[in-house]
Order: sequence, then C-alpha cells, then structure tokens
Amino acid sequence: MDGTLPQHSQKADTQREAVIRVRNLTNQFGPQIVHQNLDLDVWRGEVLGIVGGSGTGKSVLLRTIVGLNKPAAGSIEVLGVDVVNGPEQERRQIEQRWGVAFQDGALFSSLTVLQNIMAPLREHTGLSESLMCALGNLKISLVGLPQFSCGKFPSELSGGMRKRAALARALALDPEIVFLDEPTAGLDPIGAAAYDDLIGELQHALGLTVFMVTHDLDSLYAICDRIAVLAEKRVLVEGPIEEMTKVDHPWVQEYFTGPRARAAQEKGLGR
Amino acid sequence: MTRPSLNSETSADGVYLRVSGDLLTQTLSSVEQSFAAYKPDDSNLIIDLSGIQALDTSGAWVVADLAHRAKLAGAEVRFQGALPAYSDLIETVTRNIPEDPESEDTSRSFADWIESLGKRTAGGWKDTLSMLEFLGMTLHRLMRTLMMPRRLRGAALVSQMEETGFRAIPIVALMGFLIGVVLAFQGATQLKQFGAEIFVVELISISVLRELGILLTAIIVAGRSGSAFTASIGSMKVQEEIDAMRTLGLDPIEVLVIPRVMALLVMLPILGFIANMAALIGGGLMSWIDLGVSPGMFATRLKENTGIWQFAIGMIKAPFFALVIGVIACWQALQVKGSAQSVGQRTTASVVQSIFMVIALDALFSIFFSVMGV
Ligand SMILES: Nc1ncnc2c1ncn2[C@@H]1O[C@H](COP(=O)(O)OP(=O)(O)O)[C@@H](O)[C@H]1O
Ligand SMILES: [Mg+2]
Repeated sequence: MDGTLPQHSQKADTQREAVIRVRNLTNQFGPQIVHQNLDLDVWRGEVLGIVGGSGTGKSVLLRTIVGLNKPAAGSIEVLGVDVVNGPEQERRQIEQRWGVAFQDGALFSSLTVLQNIMAPLREHTGLSESLMCALGNLKISLVGLPQFSCGKFPSELSGGMRKRAALARALALDPEIVFLDEPTAGLDPIGAAAYDDLIGELQHALGLTVFMVTHDLDSLYAICDRIAVLAEKRVLVEGPIEEMTKVDHPWVQEYFTGPRARAAQEKGLGR
Repeated sequence: MTRPSLNSETSADGVYLRVSGDLLTQTLSSVEQSFAAYKPDDSNLIIDLSGIQALDTSGAWVVADLAHRAKLAGAEVRFQGALPAYSDLIETVTRNIPEDPESEDTSRSFADWIESLGKRTAGGWKDTLSMLEFLGMTLHRLMRTLMMPRRLRGAALVSQMEETGFRAIPIVALMGFLIGVVLAFQGATQLKQFGAEIFVVELISISVLRELGILLTAIIVAGRSGSAFTASIGSMKVQEEIDAMRTLGLDPIEVLVIPRVMALLVMLPILGFIANMAALIGGGLMSWIDLGVSPGMFATRLKENTGIWQFAIGMIKAPFFALVIGVIACWQALQVKGSAQSVGQRTTASVVQSIFMVIALDALFSIFFSVMGV
C-alpha cells in the first residue's frame, strides 16, 4: 500500500478493522460550509446509521466517501485505499467492492429492472448471459420485489419498488460495503420492516458493512449496531443507540427521547 | 484468490460432490460451465462444502441451483461441512430462487417485425390526430390569451423571445449574407454567358425574398429552438413536473407552450426579415465586386422590377412556419415517456418532423400562390 495517509494506529483493536476512515473532512459549496473537520470510522461488519436534520449533509457525506464529490480538505480511506487522492487504478478497483443505493434510486431509465441489475455484472464479470439473468432474478427476489417487476422500466414502478430495485443493483456484485441513502423513506411500515430484516440478514450472511443514512427510528433500533449523529458540521456523537438518550444535546435529546423514538424503542426491544 | 473447483465421485450410496475454492461473483466464470453441465439424476447427492474459502450470493446461487435441480430430479440432497454462515446464506438463497425466472427476450421473429410495422402504422395515424388536436388546443389557448392579455406569462414570453429570437440573430444574418453571396456568384457565372448580368438582381431578390430567406431561417430555428423546446419540456415531463403543474391547477399549455409558440410567432418573421436584408446586402456586394453592378443600380432595379408582393409572399409564410415548429416541438415534448432516452428520441423526431413540415408547407404555399397568379 502506497497510501499517502498518515498511518493511524490501524487495527489497534484487532476486532475492529476500519473499512472506512474519514479524517478532518471539510466540504464546502461556495460560502456554505457543510462539513468541517469531520471524523468518522466505520468498522467491518457493522451497520452504521447516520442521522441528522434535513440539510445537515448526510447525502453529501455519502457522496464524498464514494468519490462523487471532491472534498475541500481532509482524507478518506476505504478498504485501505485513499479515495480522494489515491491512484486512479486503485479507486476504479475499489468501486467494485462497494454498492450504492441512491436516495431516489438513480436507476437507468432506459433499462428494465433486470437489465439495471445485470449492467454491473456485464461490465465486471465474465459470466454467461443465462447465469447473469439468473443472478439478476435472484437479487430481485432477495430484495423482495415481485417477479413481474423484472421486465418493467423504472418509470413504471412505485417509489418503494424503485428503492428496492436500487438496492438490488447495489448488491449486484456482492460488495463488501453498501451505502444506503434513506432506504426505507417512503416505504410502508411492513415493507420497511421487511427491508430492515433483509439488510440484517444479508449483513449476517455476507458479512456486509452497511453505511445507512436513515430517519427511520425503527431501523435504527432494529438493525443499526452504531449510530452517528451529524450536527454542527461534524459527527457530534457516535455509539450504540442506548447511549444516544444520554447525550446532552437538544437535537439529540429530542430525536431519541421523543414519542416516536419511545414507540420504536419498545418495538425494537420486543423483537 | 483461489480458483473455485467442482469435483464429483460416484460411490455405492450416491454421488459425492466437492466444491472448493473462492466461490465469488468475480471468480465464478471459470466454474460456471461445470456447474451448469452437471446433470443430476435420482441417486443421492452429498455436497461437500468444507473446501469453500469464500462465498457470496452468486456462489451460493450456483450451489443452491444445483441442489434444486437434483431435488427436482428426485434425488435426496445433503450438505456437508459448510460453515454456519455459508449454510445460512445458501438457505437464504434457496428460499429466494425464483419460480419462473424472467429471461431477457431479445430474439425477434418475422411475425414480430410485421406486428411492429402494423403498430407503427396505426400509431402514426393516431399521432397525426393527436397532433392536430394539440394544434387546436394551442390555437384556442392562444386566442384566449390574446383576448385576455392578463393571462399572458410576460416574463416567460420575454425570456423565450430573447432565447429563440435575439440570440439567433448572428447566425441567421450570417446565413442570409452567405446565401446572397453564393447566389450572386453562381448566378453571375451563368448569366455572363448570355450577357444578361444585370438580371442577377432579380435572381437574388426573387429567390431570396420569396422563398429562401424565410425557409432557411425556419430551418435554422427548427434546429435551434425546436430541439430546445422538446428537450426542456420533455425533461420536465420525465421529472413529473408537468403532472405537478396539472395538480396545482396550472395549464401546461398555457404556462409552457403559449410563451414559446408566441415567441416564435413574433421572432420568426423578424429573423426572416433580417435574413432577407442580409442576403440582399451579400448579393449586392458580390454583384458589385464580380459583375460591377453598383449598389445604386442594384437598388433601383430592385425597386422597379421586384414587386412588394415578392417580399410579402415570403413574410406571409413566416407565422405559419413558426406555428408548425412550435406546435410540433411542444407536442413531441409531451409525448416523452419516463426515460432520458425518450427525451433524446423525441428531440430528434421534433427537429426532423418540423423541418420536413416546413418544407412541405412551403411547397403548398408555392402551388397556392402560383394558382392565384401572384
Ligand atoms: N451540489 C451542491 N451544490 C450546492 N450545495 C449543495 C450541493 N449538494 C448539497 N448541497 C447543500 O449541502 C447541504 C447538505 O445537503 P444534503 O447532504 O443533501 O442534506 P441531507 O442531510 O438532507 O441529505 C444542503 O444545504 C444543500 O443545499
Ligand atoms: Mg439526503
């Protein structure tokens, strides 16, 4: 590894290997500073929930980590590769090891759902057409989409179905990390719970690391191992959800001790 | 990475299959064939997974699919030696094997081709009717807007006029100038042979004023503004902005189509006029240089031998061309379906159709005016 990052005490704790390591990140659009000196670690195999008010830069953080947005300052290392300044070659390779499901799907509008999922397989594997088709069908079924949606175009799907299709595409190459931007927003509660179960199950079976921006308190209680709260241009606090209620910050207090949070907590503990 | 492999042994109590190596999406292509080629029969099958070093859903799928096929063939299948995480994954995948997977059907028979030909023909007729209906609606809204100027979206109109008209002036003027130059030059070469150089004035003025100036301006505007109309309204259609307008009680025709069509109605005649003048200047200049026809003589001859009618016939056509371009472009935009690709197709169709219709309409005008004897 010829990374130019300062070598932090990597694997200080052998149990916790950081797959994403963000240091001193600053993001700025014109005069508006979105992030300032933001630090964040994501450990292998965990489900990390990112919460924060609207416009606090959750999506921008996600986009910056996957290299779609160039930060004004700071360093980001994903799976040991410097995604900001690292060599092009390495960054290209790392892209196959993560999957991203965007906030509103971002499916290719001129391809059917099945073709959308097969697109990355076509590009990066030498599999036969029939196997790619079968794998596409499997992913569709895994994310809980009905079979008839295979041949449909994204514009012919409901918003919730598009989110699932986007997840199926993100999972197409069986990545090590998946980034999800508000995956359960706009799903019915039953669908959202099924989605949570699915993420949990995949995470278990595949050892996935999940970076999930979400406002769904049920998801936070049900599947997130850790939560990072974005506020005041940085990660204000991070830790397991039980610790969140003890944080002395008005927004965090309101978020995690409000009536909806309490209901979700009861449900989450009941599971 | 270890290459995955598949080995089978047949013994008295059944078949023993050993899967080993990294069974991952990226490495699967090397063993894909052996998995697909394995034809299970009804003898018992033991699948030994202890040699697997890495497994993902794709790898799990080929194993699960093989077991699934064996079960269908009547065999009893047993897994052996898998890590708990792997057997969980295989179980998850097995649960999710689709009943009848959809395949991508790309083969097309002759019958399909005939069917699509028929559909396109019928679709073409329907499109014509729909476009005429849209023309009617546009004219109705246009009239209503003229009766009630309050309804006019002034800001949109002005910005469209700037975009479609003002910004097109340089290109249109240059085009006109060059047409004049070319006509004078080519005409002079021919007319010199008869010693009829002075008729170059009529050649230029009649062909430009009556036909070419307006026609070529309309073609440029169709390419420039028609495509812009289709692309911008079409993208709004994709983003469901048009639907949003309807739910807010805004009439998309009034808000989007009228300002554009009106801008064209006002600006196309002006652009055509500019093209005409530029062509006369270009033609006059070339005649002077090449044939020695002085500007004064050019002007006098222009006034005497080219009636105001020649100019009027050209200008009369301009608003009709404007309407054709605007209506086709906006109609095409509203036919856009969900995808970005559709925006591209409709934009192309819009430009091709409006240029064609402009030329066809010009031919009709020609016939009409010659029958009328002007
Ligand atoms: N491409 C961009 N150009 C300018 N400002 C942007 C851009 N993307 C995001 N922003 C701004 O950054 C802030 C954070 O946006 P975002 O990350 O989308 O919020 P959220 O936390 O709700 O996902 C917002 O104030 C937004 O206006
Ligand atoms: Mg967002």
